[in-house]
Amino acid sequence: MALTETDLRRLARLARIRVEDAEVGTLVTQLSGILGLIDQLQAVDTHGIEPLSHALDLEQRLRPDEVTEVDRREQFQAVAPQVEAGLYLVPKVIE
Amino acid sequence: MDWEVVIGLETHAQLATRSKIFSGAATAFGATPNAQACAVDLALPGVLPVMNRTAVEYAIRFGLAAEGVIAKRSIFARKNYFYPDLPKGYQISQYEIPVVSGGQIVVELEGLEIPVRLTRAHLEEDAGKSLHEDFHGLSGIDLNRAGTPLLEIVSEPDMRSAAEAVAYARALHRLVTWIGICDGNMQEGSFRCDANVSVRPKGQQAYGTRCEIKNLNSFRFMEKAIEFEIRRQIGLIESGGNVVQETRLYDPDRDETRSMRSKEDAQDYRYFPDPDLLPLCIDVAWIERVRNALPELPDAMRRRFVSDFGLSSYDASVLTASFDQAQYFQALMHFVQGEAKLCANWVSGELSAALHRDGLEIRHSRITPQQLGGLLRRIQDGTLSGKMAREIFDALWSDGGEADTLIESKGLKQISDVSTLEKIVEALMAAHPGQVAEYRAGKEKVFGFFVGHAMKACGGRANPAQLNAILKNRLAGK
Amino acid sequence: MNLATTSLKQLAGALRKRQVSSRELAQAYLERIARLDPMLGAFITTDHECTLQQADAADSRIASGTAGPLTGIPVAHKDIFCTQGWLTTCGSKMLSNFVSPYDAHVIEQFKAAGALILGKTNMDEFAMGSSNETSFYGTVKNPWDLTRVPGGSSGGSAAAVAARLAPAATATDTGGSIRQPAALCGISGIKPTYGLVSRYGMIAYASSLDQGGVVAPSAEDLGIVLNTMVGFDARDSTSIQRPSEDYTALLEQPLHGLRIGLPKEFFSGGVSADVERAIEAALQEYERLGATRVDISLPNTALSVPVYYVLAPAEASSNLSRFDGVRFGWRAPQYDDLADMYERSRAQGFGSEVKRRILTGTYVLSRGYYDAYYLQAQRVRRLIVNDFKNAFTQCDVIMGPSTPTVAFGFGEKTGDPVQMYLSDIFTISVNLAGLPGLSIPAGFGQGGLPVGLQLIGDYFSEAHLLNLAHRYQQATDWHSRIPALASA
Repeated sequence: MALTETDLRRLARLARIRVEDAEVGTLVTQLSGILGLIDQLQAVDTHGIEPLSHALDLEQRLRPDEVTEVDRREQFQAVAPQVEAGLYLVPKVIE
Repeated sequence: MDWEVVIGLETHAQLATRSKIFSGAATAFGATPNAQACAVDLALPGVLPVMNRTAVEYAIRFGLAAEGVIAKRSIFARKNYFYPDLPKGYQISQYEIPVVSGGQIVVELEGLEIPVRLTRAHLEEDAGKSLHEDFHGLSGIDLNRAGTPLLEIVSEPDMRSAAEAVAYARALHRLVTWIGICDGNMQEGSFRCDANVSVRPKGQQAYGTRCEIKNLNSFRFMEKAIEFEIRRQIGLIESGGNVVQETRLYDPDRDETRSMRSKEDAQDYRYFPDPDLLPLCIDVAWIERVRNALPELPDAMRRRFVSDFGLSSYDASVLTASFDQAQYFQALMHFVQGEAKLCANWVSGELSAALHRDGLEIRHSRITPQQLGGLLRRIQDGTLSGKMAREIFDALWSDGGEADTLIESKGLKQISDVSTLEKIVEALMAAHPGQVAEYRAGKEKVFGFFVGHAMKACGGRANPAQLNAILKNRLAGK
Repeated sequence: MNLATTSLKQLAGALRKRQVSSRELAQAYLERIARLDPMLGAFITTDHECTLQQADAADSRIASGTAGPLTGIPVAHKDIFCTQGWLTTCGSKMLSNFVSPYDAHVIEQFKAAGALILGKTNMDEFAMGSSNETSFYGTVKNPWDLTRVPGGSSGGSAAAVAARLAPAATATDTGGSIRQPAALCGISGIKPTYGLVSRYGMIAYASSLDQGGVVAPSAEDLGIVLNTMVGFDARDSTSIQRPSEDYTALLEQPLHGLRIGLPKEFFSGGVSADVERAIEAALQEYERLGATRVDISLPNTALSVPVYYVLAPAEASSNLSRFDGVRFGWRAPQYDDLADMYERSRAQGFGSEVKRRILTGTYVLSRGYYDAYYLQAQRVRRLIVNDFKNAFTQCDVIMGPSTPTVAFGFGEKTGDPVQMYLSDIFTISVNLAGLPGLSIPAGFGQGGLPVGLQLIGDYFSEAHLLNLAHRYQQATDWHSRIPALASA
């Protein structure tokens, strides 16, 4: 199915990706092409077929409730864009 | 017009595990910012979640205690949205198949038992915290709380007043602390409630438009917030307006709820099964192990206190208000057989008062059940009057020790010995023939005069009942 | 010693016999990289000091007699594996400043074995691509023809090994990212059964499909490296716990009675004549080795591409949400508010292919479309798995071309994403099923460019697949052919 410009802008906002007006046209065309490809699936009869999340049918392993991690804040925050007093700084969060 | 209020609660109970739900980082409250945020909690590129067994076990424990159904196979899903306190850009939660379905919480309100049905309880991870105090116009993000295990307990919209909602929340709070899966500390956010509130004309079937109120971090605020929201909605409708479905935040300072714009945009969470986690499978053997390890639950214990100890249902519910208090009471009963009422009065009376005065939890009481038992036995055998007992209690509270030794040292033994009392009475009568004559002439109130003097004569330690009996006989000239 | 013609196994022997030291080996490879890589762009990062330190440590370990098979061997790593103290970019501007504070399980395994980190190899951005044209660090050239693509997403690893800039390299395969570049670069590459190699520290693209593996000149070398790379890891919930296995143990077994399944869908149309010819010759070679052909069918093969392009972007759109400019990675220099910071940082940090897949994934998961796309794709995924289960009742191994054509030219398919996606038609279904897959050199096609033969085995049949490949490589010498550039 074809994608509208409105759809694209909604997706871009959901995905938090800024889309410049100049890009919109190309993106709509390319995504519509991709949707054309995946729309082939609509024709397949999957009646009574269970969805498959993992190829291997395994169950979740559980770990014991033990504290195994130490404080590595220094190393972790060495790669952070902006920190102060051990906190990650971001533009004001409005509530 | 008459309005009916409809309330459902969503409660987030932090599970009292040592480590986080998907990482080995500590969950202790109040650590320095981000010191307990490990690579997994920070969602560094390449890290993966691994499930904490105890968190699952606690969910099972709750499910059984609330008489819900434990899913043999449940799925973890990703709830996708961007927020700075959500490091992965998604929250790992349960969507289509929760670990617990159904169940109920029986709420007591003004002597009535109201069952509140549960929709579900599911496991998920907590988010971090955004600190809004000013960093030159920026917010600071602390991810220590990120990944703390939560059990989200969702009720059916079964409550019809703020009071019922609070009673439900209290009952739920008692249950999760009772079975030891949550520390219940509301100031620290270990037990948080959101309320879905709507109103509809009495008799109408369809629900009204609801608002979700967040940030109800105390039972008092919950009641006030819901009351306000009910007034707001009714006012809105009666003045011709409509309620808009939205999330509202309670502001305790202004005692009002206000709309949360930030949460409104893009409410398309794009849930899908988390490919990093496999189906959570819980076998019957595990469920049974947990069931057998469950403590006696509050309602059962309350009923037992009534049937076995002959306590009033009021006393029984007071005593089972918390697991620790109920345990204290039962321990006390070992030391003072057959005096349930006496024990109940002292636990909910003197002891509670003293604990409250010193701001102590009962598990940190300065007087052990054994000590209190020693004291109550002396009331039981008539050695102590209530007044004396309170004096000993205070001494035990402040200095410790044993009731009996204190009774000795303070010479606080009650005089119940007939001959001693008779001697005192005879001496009195001999000293006051006039009053004796007046009494015998029918001036009954002189009786008090003799009681007073007799008590004075023995430092107030006379057993009142016995003293009265002897006086009556003697004055009657028998 | 001529590195261009010495196998990893021979290098290990030379180290053991002290004919060469690990330091000398490291220096020689680093010298080759410095000399030849500017033409290829296969490496994003090298760190001579660090590599040589590791070499010295390896030499003393060899001296002390505690060396293992890989001790002292330099190995290149795809830049998708987090490597403590090393820039780990995943081929993206988003991580162009990310020095990893921790090691992936795979890196830990190689360190423990005493292997050296020779460098971090170039790749399609976040492993999204089939031509290595989406990397922020520039395209990688195919050593056989510098005007052509090396394949992707592990193009850097494949080109590095093809040019003998490394005796072996790690790689990852989500839809063919090991087998396709191995085929286009004329080397061997294996994608093990899903769950054998830990994904911990391997930057996620599509979690239910991603699998780490190896590229090397020969199957024998693949087996030696796989022995170190495979291993259970409690930090990956999908890591498989099973007794450790020697992947070189079955190499020499004879092939008599081997039943090779040939899916008609892999041979009907779509495949260029030169590739078809090379594959046919390879199959005849296998017959000489005692194998027989069985015609089979994988009826849903064509659907594997649409299924993949629903599931992989869906998982990716969520996996890549953590790149938000808050805790690490690229943050836009200017922005108005929080939302703007997110949108600009991600718009600047991600390249166009990554954005396309994030948007596609966002679409298929969004309200109203989830059932029609995501759930439907998962159902068809089961049909595809069933096709393979069915096939393995009729044959021991499935063979066919790894790619429909030999290496294509730069820019040939970048204009039309769908054309690019379709070039993975023969490799994708293997990831959807979680099966092990291998690609080995099987001669040359148009323009003297390598053709790859794909071997697909049943779950956990890696040792067997390597055996089939090894016997073929004993009978042929395609795997020891090197591009002119490499002998320079």
